[in-house]
Amino acid sequence: MTRTLWLGLLLVALIAAPLAIYPVLLMSILCFVIFASSFNLLLGYAGLLCFGHAMFFGTAAYVAGYLLKTYGVSVEVALIAGTLLSAAMGYVVGIISVRRSGIQFAMITLAISQFVYFLLLQAEFTGGEDGMQRIPRSTLFGIFDVSDHMAFYYVTLTVAVLAVAFFYRVVHSPFGEILRAIRDNEPRVESLGFRPERYKILAMTLSAGLAGLAGALKAMVFQFATLTDVSWPISAEVILMTLLGGLGTLTGPMLGAGIVILMNDELAQFGEWALIAQGVILLLVIIFFRRGVVGELSALWRRLRPSPDQNQDRG
Amino acid sequence: MFDGISTQLLFGQVLIGLINGSFYAMLSLGLAIIFGLMSVVNFAHGAQYMLGAFIAWGLLNYLGVPYWGALFIAPVVVGAFGLVMERLILRPIQNLDHLYSLLATFAAVLIIEGLVRQEFGSTGLPYNSPLPGGVNLGFMFMPWYRLWVVVFSIVVCFGTYILIEHTKLGAYLRAANERPEIVESFGINVPRMISLTYAFGVGLAGLGGVLAAPIYQVSPSMGSNLMIVIFAVVVIGGMGSILGAILTGYLIGIVEGLTKVFYPEAANLVIFVIMIFALILRPNGLFSGKEGYK
Amino acid sequence: MPSDPQPILKVENLEAWYGESKALHGMNFDVREGELVTLIGRNGAGKTSTLRSIMGIVGNRTGSIQFRGKELIRKRTYQIAQEGIAYCPEERAIFASLSVAENMTLPPVLRPGGLSDKDLFEAFPNLHARRKSGGSKLSGGEQQMLAIARILRTGSRFILLDEPSEGLAPVIVKQIGTQILRLKEQGFTIVLVEQNLQFARLVADRHVVVENGQVVDTLTPEDLSADLDRVKTYLGV
Ligand SMILES: Nc1ncnc2c1ncn2[C@@H]1O[C@H](COP(=O)(O)OP(=O)(O)OP(=O)(O)O)[C@@H](O)[C@H]1O
Ligand SMILES: [Mg+2]
Repeated sequence: MTRTLWLGLLLVALIAAPLAIYPVLLMSILCFVIFASSFNLLLGYAGLLCFGHAMFFGTAAYVAGYLLKTYGVSVEVALIAGTLLSAAMGYVVGIISVRRSGIQFAMITLAISQFVYFLLLQAEFTGGEDGMQRIPRSTLFGIFDVSDHMAFYYVTLTVAVLAVAFFYRVVHSPFGEILRAIRDNEPRVESLGFRPERYKILAMTLSAGLAGLAGALKAMVFQFATLTDVSWPISAEVILMTLLGGLGTLTGPMLGAGIVILMNDELAQFGEWALIAQGVILLLVIIFFRRGVVGELSALWRRLRPSPDQNQDRG
Repeated sequence: MFDGISTQLLFGQVLIGLINGSFYAMLSLGLAIIFGLMSVVNFAHGAQYMLGAFIAWGLLNYLGVPYWGALFIAPVVVGAFGLVMERLILRPIQNLDHLYSLLATFAAVLIIEGLVRQEFGSTGLPYNSPLPGGVNLGFMFMPWYRLWVVVFSIVVCFGTYILIEHTKLGAYLRAANERPEIVESFGINVPRMISLTYAFGVGLAGLGGVLAAPIYQVSPSMGSNLMIVIFAVVVIGGMGSILGAILTGYLIGIVEGLTKVFYPEAANLVIFVIMIFALILRPNGLFSGKEGYK
Repeated sequence: MPSDPQPILKVENLEAWYGESKALHGMNFDVREGELVTLIGRNGAGKTSTLRSIMGIVGNRTGSIQFRGKELIRKRTYQIAQEGIAYCPEERAIFASLSVAENMTLPPVLRPGGLSDKDLFEAFPNLHARRKSGGSKLSGGEQQMLAIARILRTGSRFILLDEPSEGLAPVIVKQIGTQILRLKEQGFTIVLVEQNLQFARLVADRHVVVENGQVVDTLTPEDLSADLDRVKTYLGV
């Protein structure tokens, strides 16, 4: 019950937040909460390190931006189009890359994302090096005007809540169970008659779809889409968010997204130091705190307040 | 012969392809050596290559050490840097899932590149060719320095290959690649061997950086874009295959050059297209047969 | 025969783990100079783990392993080997990417007294005939010969041999037995893991019986012959 209470409080806080904090910063955090969750689904639950996750994020941003600019579609159409396109991309990338596992999967997805980067660089509609500017926030459902920051914040919040709920459902479904089983012991899952590849491809599809949703939303939040959105530093950022927050924990990567975005915001004036700080933090997390913030905190919590049933499985 | 395409252009691009291929080959060779022994995909390889170029630049501009000195000094310095990196960030996580070492070396890239960019800015620094001029071959003009790069890289690559395949030292490496604990049980200091191998691979990247300095601009990002291409090369050639890395490197460079002649728009893409086809047609890599060094 | 009362290897309370699972639960035994001691016991008893623990090739180990008065428990595998212990593993570990000759000459000479390459190939002429072929192309018997031969190069006089007879035809087992006896005559100290009792009783001075990661009995060759049934229950055959 306390959990419902906490969730309620959190929701109230989120609804009230733009009164205190600049809405675009909040929206940017929410976009990355979705993006980080999508990445967490792959690495945290399926054990797949996709090193080119920005390709889904950035492509959807361009597609949503293009539809909004050229055809003036409404907000939800742009979001759905971005999501579906990225999901389809995830399916194709999945088919190609799940042929190798572990470290090679990471290298292949990185290479494919670079391929997508060059494609988008050369494509006419993206505006090349200049990117796509002045993307309009059109209407929601063709009727509601959501073009000011406040209104659009609530659109973003709603989308983020729905996305996180979807993520939660997937992770706690039988499908999510199988993904975890594949992560922990693939040969065993295979010997039970499942075909791990198919589950991995499906995980790629879902994850890419969520990443696309985040990207499409981002295009409307910032009202531009650039090559940065498809570039490897963005892929790196989402890796950092996930590891820093806590790999395979439900809330960790969301928290990580918040921390990294705020940190970037603070360090933006110090030139390269933002990137250097990301590297240092990533390194520290890998060497000393592999459970991430949420993972370490909940381990501490368990140690301080050992309840009998947890005592057994924690030894 | 090909309507509209002059032989000048054709050979010119093949030469550029061969030059690029030289770097692909040298870098993926180092990557393959490191991967073979440590199962570490050294993401920092591109950053270490960039360091090699910057050290050459610094040696020249601060200390007046010419190119030929840098050719020896820079790889040693970068190799020593690799030793430190191995101790500090790879040793503590050596028993974990190999994804962690990939991520740790990647974090090192963010730090190294960030620091260099902070210090030198993003724009490229020029480095004059130590071998100006060239020779007119009739069908094309061959700059001396490019000829030197191609020849030297071939010597380095195949020298390393012979070292690994046909010497006692290489036998230790191949054996430790298969069963490190057994090699250690013979009384060989395998942990030190791993450090030195990493340093050697990293030193090769540094050497590549020195070679590259007079050809490309010396810039902080010169390594990271190359790195992704190198990953594709290694995936195509088969992970950990020494010969596969070398041959695929040159091959991909040349194919890329030819693409520039016949279909310039696709020149950036062709490597990745080949990788995708290779994955579909030869899921284990072009040169893979058995595990280990070949 | 054991004229020297001081053991050169003294294992006390040795415990060993592979990750979380414990394989040795306090082993105690010792070996004297020039002795040939076998470790016998059923499958999974911990014989291999004992040898691996001596060499430091397990996840973690505690207790005491004294070799010629030096404590090995904190040393790394290569340092242990450099103290003068040679190890021939159960799975033979012939390197597939090395030729037979490369496999043979891989172990470095650690101290004087090792066999030269010439001596080795003379002692194992069939390996000489196949020196150029790949390590994986040898028959099981040849692989075993090679695995024993190569560690003689180092000059170590203390040898750990893990089931050299396993999976080999009787003729080959006999050849290997001859080799081991010859080593013993030359003064090598040997710890031999062996399930083949016929083979073990021909060569050993003492038998250490291992069960569940502990030493449960020590037998002389006479005990072994006198009470073969008891020993067979130890071995679970
Ligand atoms: N690499 C390993 N990881 C985990 N457990 C292991 C490992 N190797 C051995 N064990 C376990 O340690 C125990 C002792 O094994 P060990 O190999 O020492 O037995 P053994 O006496 O040599 O048996 P065998 O006669 O079959 O060779 C067994 O329970 C085995 O399952
Ligand atoms: Mg055994």
